[in-house]
Amino acid sequence: MAEQNMIVINGNEFVFEPGETILEIAQRNNIDIPTLCHLKGATATGACRICVVEVEGARSLVASCAAPAAKNMVVRTGSANVIKARRMVLQLLLSSGNHNCAVCGSGGTNWTEFQLHVHQMDNSEELCPVWGDCRLQELAFRYQVTGEKFEATQTPYPIETANPFIVRDFSRCIQCGRCVQACNEIQVNQAIHFGYRGAATKIIAAGDRPYINSDCVFCGECLQVCPVGALVEKEGRYSVRPWENKKVRTTCSYCGVGCQLYLHVKDNTVVKISGVQDVAPNYGSLCVKGRFGYDFIHSPERLASPLIKENGKFREASWEEALDLVAKRFDEIKADHGPDSFGVLTSARVTNEENYIAQKFARAVLKTNNIDHCARL
Amino acid sequence: MTNSIADIESADVFLITGSNTTENHPVLSSTVKRAVTRRGAGLIVVDPRRIKITQYADKWLRQNLGTDVAWINGLMHVIIAENLYAKEYVERRTVGFDEIQKTVEKFTPDYVEQITGIPANELIEAARMYAAAERGCILYCMGITQHTTGTDNVKSLANLAMLCGNLGIEGGGVNPLRGQNNVQGACDMGGLPDVYSGYQKVIDPAAREKMETAWNVSDLPDKPGLKVTQMIPAAHDGNLKALYIIGENPLVSDPDLNHCEKSLKNLEFFVVQDIFLTETAQLADVVLPSACYAEKDGTFTNTERRVQRVRKAVEPPGQAWNDWKIICEIGTRMGYPMSYENSRQIGEEISQVTPSYAGIRYDRIEYDGIHWPCPTVEHPGTPILHREQFTSGKGVFHAIDFIEPAEAADEDYPMYLTTGRLLYQYHTGTMTMKSDGIMEIAPECFVEISPQDAAKYEVKDGALVTIASRRGSIVARIKISRKAVSGTIFIPFHYAQAAANRLTNSALDPISGIPEYKVCAVKLSKAA
Repeated sequence: MAEQNMIVINGNEFVFEPGETILEIAQRNNIDIPTLCHLKGATATGACRICVVEVEGARSLVASCAAPAAKNMVVRTGSANVIKARRMVLQLLLSSGNHNCAVCGSGGTNWTEFQLHVHQMDNSEELCPVWGDCRLQELAFRYQVTGEKFEATQTPYPIETANPFIVRDFSRCIQCGRCVQACNEIQVNQAIHFGYRGAATKIIAAGDRPYINSDCVFCGECLQVCPVGALVEKEGRYSVRPWENKKVRTTCSYCGVGCQLYLHVKDNTVVKISGVQDVAPNYGSLCVKGRFGYDFIHSPERLASPLIKENGKFREASWEEALDLVAKRFDEIKADHGPDSFGVLTSARVTNEENYIAQKFARAVLKTNNIDHCARL
Repeated sequence: MTNSIADIESADVFLITGSNTTENHPVLSSTVKRAVTRRGAGLIVVDPRRIKITQYADKWLRQNLGTDVAWINGLMHVIIAENLYAKEYVERRTVGFDEIQKTVEKFTPDYVEQITGIPANELIEAARMYAAAERGCILYCMGITQHTTGTDNVKSLANLAMLCGNLGIEGGGVNPLRGQNNVQGACDMGGLPDVYSGYQKVIDPAAREKMETAWNVSDLPDKPGLKVTQMIPAAHDGNLKALYIIGENPLVSDPDLNHCEKSLKNLEFFVVQDIFLTETAQLADVVLPSACYAEKDGTFTNTERRVQRVRKAVEPPGQAWNDWKIICEIGTRMGYPMSYENSRQIGEEISQVTPSYAGIRYDRIEYDGIHWPCPTVEHPGTPILHREQFTSGKGVFHAIDFIEPAEAADEDYPMYLTTGRLLYQYHTGTMTMKSDGIMEIAPECFVEISPQDAAKYEVKDGALVTIASRRGSIVARIKISRKAVSGTIFIPFHYAQAAANRLTNSALDPISGIPEYKVCAVKLSKAA
């Protein structure tokens, strides 16, 4: 029998398959290594360096997401050097841009001044729109750091609100590149890229145009993978707070792919939709209709009462009256003209249970096989 | 679909035809695009329009409208002539090879070029590419089915897949992409004129007897009923007196709308059950308000036959009810008690009478859906069909000859019209047109026309034009686009105000009863 591939992480031995990264082995064995830029299913970039680990014999710390495991490698995921490096990464990220959560002071300026400045830029008096739902904030708490250690820098790029669905706030972008990977490697819409160089780096669409004038198809994959407040839904950007919502998992009601999604509900209202990660068939991906096309649910035009037409005009009726009328007329027509004078069109939009009941009704009650739906249309 | 969505990512070569995949099944299209861009899988697209997915294609063949049987037979001609077919598979698993060989003999690349406009050498290269694939995956949609030869087209694709041994394998298959969330489920549940749930035939005495016992009734009707495309003419002729429509909007989605409208007005009694007062509902005598997907529990079955949960998140508006509850109340009032506590209880009845759903239970699909057939509660479901053998034993080749579309362009109506959907809108727009964001991006109907045709008719981008067919006319704005092929315009059918289906032909496929939405003859003139 060939010798197994073994790696030592934090003193324990683990078997691995050739090609597996240190991060993958750790995740498989429930060893926590924090990540920020890492995106499942996309090429590892090692860009943010929050996932660094110490590898015995290596000259410097190693980004575990991009480092393939080697035989007999000895890895430490939480050594003093590792923690120090992670704190440094977080301090640098927090010092640049408008991370106006409670963890972020900014070098030189006082906290109040900084908040006022951010409020003015964002035209809002709220804290960051993803407060409580931000990977950077979470890690800052965990490693107990603020951005005060370094001099604050500002992004030169204004906020983009030119499309109806997604707000792009470059002041909160940490350039982790997850959105770029999601767009190019997961959805393969190839609409956004890294643009410019060095301190001027920006995520750009089609020669630095707004999303609305680019190849963007508003699938919102970028928004879903953004770990900070740089990409947020325009609708409810400041009003939808994660701790106020319940999430209900269901199946999308548009095309036949059957994407799994979460309806985010606040006060009996759907306020946001997101994809369910790690589950077939869509593994978190959605399209513009599935993610943003939910206004119809609470449209004031929804039918809320049975209607009966009299003299060419509809009037509201009670269920009792409407159902009695339908049953009576159906009975009369069945008696006068026979079962095959009926047609029932059930729906490709309603549930299996409802379709089953509709055909049972046509066949067992009306006694006709004149039942169909719009599969052909 | 014969295969699952996850499974298609492992194909070596894709053949996509009659599917504007990136716009109509965007999330599924990403699995194809990933396979092509990241794994180097091959992609052949056969479509007259320069749709987005053609950008990713190794081969893009641009056929004349309604000539699909010809190019598919042409591919088979080349594959047989060059000895590239899967001989062992054909011998072991299929019957009818000799007939198909005879039929495709005349479909030489040159002959196919005359019919389809696809250059002979392009056809040959595509044939070699598909045949060389170890795992060849065919994806198709309404561009294949919505023809008077729709059934022929689908059978021809099945022929091609069998010829190359691509049915019953991972990464292969013949995969129709279903356009509505639960169109698969509506068929599975017996929302069809000839079958009960699980495709048990109404003409089969044993099936009837089984349902009579389960439902505690006698005299279930034994003749197949009318298809939707037959019901509307029957209403027109006065043979159909009453229609009960649940969650559909034929007054935008049906062909030849002027005729459809007259037919619906001819009904003695018309009931519509929906979430909005649609164009169709406005003609009804009684309108019943129902709950939408976010307001109910149940299951949908997706295009890959996966049964998945639907869960209630919010309360329905006003007095709206679940559709099943409304139907049950009517049934009960007509003397047949129908009473269920919840959708789970109906689900249990479905699994009792439906062999392919017998093993489906709500608690089994809480996290992951299950692909039917799933005959027992221990069965894991069936992501790939026809693995060991075909449902009916051996796979049958259907020898099919080419037939022209029902309507050809002529002097009076010199252009072709083809219809379809847009990324941002959905079917008749009942749902998407209530979204401000979507309406900001895709607010109105348009006529997509090639730059050459625009020059010929001297129309500018944004100009209002009248498009007329033998059945009706609409007014819409010109959109000059390189997507369009000369001689053919494209109009999305979503918009009631300029409904493309006032123009379309209601000529039907003789077997499936599907209308020929994808081909009709029209004329274009500047709007007065």
